[in-house]
Amino acid sequence: MSRRREATPASVPAVRRGDALDVANLPSYGFSHRSLMWWGTAGMMAIEGVAFGFMVVIYFYFRALDPGWPRGGTGGPDLFWGSLNAVLIVVSAIPNTVAEKAAMNRDLPKVRMGLVGLSLVSLGLCVVRWMEFTRLNVGFDESAYGSTVWTLLGLHTFNLVTDVADTLVLTVLMYKGPLEGKRFVDIAENSGYWDFIVLTWLPIYAVIYWAPKF
Amino acid sequence: MSAPRETLRDGDGPGSRAAETLAMTWRTPKGIVGWLSNIDHKSTGKRFIVTAFAFFLAAAFLAALMRTQLVVPDNHFVGPDLYNQLFTMHGTTMMFLFAVPMMQGMSLYFVPLMVGTRNTAFPRMSASAYWIYLVGGLTLYAGFLCNTGADAGWFAYVPLAGPQYGIGKRSDFWNVLVNFSEAMGLMVAVDLATVILKMRAPGMSLRRMPIFAWATLVTSIMIIFAMPTVMLGANLVQLDRMLGTHFFNPGAGGDVILWQHLFWFFGHPEVYFIFIPGLAFISSIIPTFARRPMFGHDAVVLSLISTGFLSFGLWVHHMFATNVPDVGKSFFTAMSLMIAIPTAVQIFCWIATLATGRIQWRPPLLYVLAFFFILVLGGLSGLLLGSVPIDLQVHDSYFVVAHLHYVLIGGAVFPLFGAFYYWFPKITGRMMDERIAKWTFWIMFIGFNVTFFPMHILGLHGMPRRIYTYAAQSGWGTLNLVATVGAFIMGWSVLLFVANVLAGLWRGKPAGENPWGAGTLEWSVPSPPPPYNFVRIPVVSSREPLWSREEGAPTHVSGLSAQTREGLVTTVIDALPDVRYGYPRPTIWPFFAALAVSLWLDWSIFSTQGFVWGLIPPAIAFIGWFWPREKATAEALALEKAP
Repeated sequence: MSRRREATPASVPAVRRGDALDVANLPSYGFSHRSLMWWGTAGMMAIEGVAFGFMVVIYFYFRALDPGWPRGGTGGPDLFWGSLNAVLIVVSAIPNTVAEKAAMNRDLPKVRMGLVGLSLVSLGLCVVRWMEFTRLNVGFDESAYGSTVWTLLGLHTFNLVTDVADTLVLTVLMYKGPLEGKRFVDIAENSGYWDFIVLTWLPIYAVIYWAPKF
Repeated sequence: MSAPRETLRDGDGPGSRAAETLAMTWRTPKGIVGWLSNIDHKSTGKRFIVTAFAFFLAAAFLAALMRTQLVVPDNHFVGPDLYNQLFTMHGTTMMFLFAVPMMQGMSLYFVPLMVGTRNTAFPRMSASAYWIYLVGGLTLYAGFLCNTGADAGWFAYVPLAGPQYGIGKRSDFWNVLVNFSEAMGLMVAVDLATVILKMRAPGMSLRRMPIFAWATLVTSIMIIFAMPTVMLGANLVQLDRMLGTHFFNPGAGGDVILWQHLFWFFGHPEVYFIFIPGLAFISSIIPTFARRPMFGHDAVVLSLISTGFLSFGLWVHHMFATNVPDVGKSFFTAMSLMIAIPTAVQIFCWIATLATGRIQWRPPLLYVLAFFFILVLGGLSGLLLGSVPIDLQVHDSYFVVAHLHYVLIGGAVFPLFGAFYYWFPKITGRMMDERIAKWTFWIMFIGFNVTFFPMHILGLHGMPRRIYTYAAQSGWGTLNLVATVGAFIMGWSVLLFVANVLAGLWRGKPAGENPWGAGTLEWSVPSPPPPYNFVRIPVVSSREPLWSREEGAPTHVSGLSAQTREGLVTTVIDALPDVRYGYPRPTIWPFFAALAVSLWLDWSIFSTQGFVWGLIPPAIAFIGWFWPREKATAEALALEKAP
């Protein structure tokens, strides 16, 4: 909270010099909504959020429409791997938050620690995700239900893999350089995007694994 | 690796050392690699405008072929198979390859100039989007030239476009084009929204922001929420076609109407993100030629925002002939009528501005006045179509063809031509010939009405759209002949316009900074604008900074580095200076990334393997794009100041 207050623009005002507004002393980067990249990432999340949302809508649209639903895959996917993923992905929020907080304090050793932790957990998540696909108990070409759960899981996987790659690249960068203050903003943005992956997984998990039970 | 100790900062006017240094810092890279690496928003904007216009000419040519086929009954100029491709390619090109990229190109060029910044927020992303768009368009046309042109209509309904009936690769080309063009649209939309929210000149609070920027913001946000659905939908069709999924197969629990929902949830807002920029052109042109600020500025802005919202509640009115429940249809009828309100508010504000101003009858204004006539007619037929019983009668008839052309050409293309005349002097530094411009206008206006007005009557007489010929006994011959004559008149006006552009480029009168005496910031810089746009970032204290300013307020910003590409990030609502921003430098990576993405998409037309393995080159290109360079980092460190 206190950091947030410090970061308000009024703390480093532009200075009036004659007819000019001198901005030479303004900071050269800022975190959160002060960073342009934050807005770009927010746009990405909105786009992907719409796609996720519509896939969920499609799931219930078919379910409401087709008297024969789900046509295969009765009982839904095995709960184990999806639930393990849900637990693991929530755990991944810990190194992610460590990295984010450390980035905002420009604490490089702690950023590295958080990123390495996140990389390891996220690679584990990829393995678990692979197992999930093998235990959906329905083929993508078996019925509309099968097609929908495969695609929903596939969309989330696409985002997951993208951000895992992103995290690995940033981890390497934090060890190899070249570094400047702005790179810490990149870490914070990556963490924000990871939060999006975590938060979207929870409703998607509920739809894929629990909706068939009701 | 030591950066210069003393940074040369901007703030001095033209001719100063800072100005010369800015010119060096922002100069466009040379040679073919330089050309491919250019990320100046003006270059990207121009490329979009020129390419979109070329696609416009291509689609117009296809329309001329269709009108030639329909000129007499029982004609055999083209056969039914080619005709299917002609109308599909025409619609797809106009909507995906002309209208949206043209509007986004105009915004890319002008928004940074209007809000007072030196480049967009993510200029590399927009540059990359251009190359993706170009390859996507060429892919679609390459298919067409190999007799693999999309042929299921511009909205590609399943099952016609699905695996059962859409045999061959024609519909695959269409689906992949959607990926190309929507990726482009989304990338540019995110860039534009960020510039408008975060990079306005100090003092340009939201209340002082030009209506053009408001319209671009509304459009960009609409694109962000609408385009993902059609992309998702097209990919689901592609999965059905390539992998045997069952999204649109009722036999396995799927549903064909789902496609119509996904398409029109995008497709109706699509109409408005073509139309809203048209409104923005008008709101820029009218105050200039009425010599007064816009009457009801706030009402106009609120109307744009409400149009954006309402446009998401209209999609089912394209589906009145399906099994959607009646209650739903009533809701969508009500919404379809309601969206006329904000447009009417704007028209009244424009009339009030014109009525109380000192009007100058210059060519851009003529196109605006044509808008009043044509759009009101198109709007009226729209009100008719919004009503379920009438819609059921004329559904899929030429009445709909007439309506959509009245709305889109009247609402977007006429204002666009007005905008071309209005901003041509800014882009090129030269004026176009006004006498030819007026001739062009009248020929286009007459040609348009002669082409499309008879189609209302043809529709009421029962002529269905998308038929390649008709029998002489139908009695539709005369009106079709009239429409074809009109189309050729219109085509002539477009050629005249092109000639006027070329003549203007070659020997037009020098324009100077502000030939129309307009009030917004883009007219404060030389024509054409230098690569850095502003020698000094302006400070704004009114809605028309060139017409009025607050006494004693600062006039410009100083203290940004002239030796590196530096700009200013301001706060969202009040545009207070907040953070200095190091703009990205030119690089070839966005071009490589676009090629890699294109390779992936094109590969996916032919192979499911390509859909997976094709992802590797883009991943490499994006990492290369992101990876920081030593030199740029050293420069940034020299200027760094932690928040």
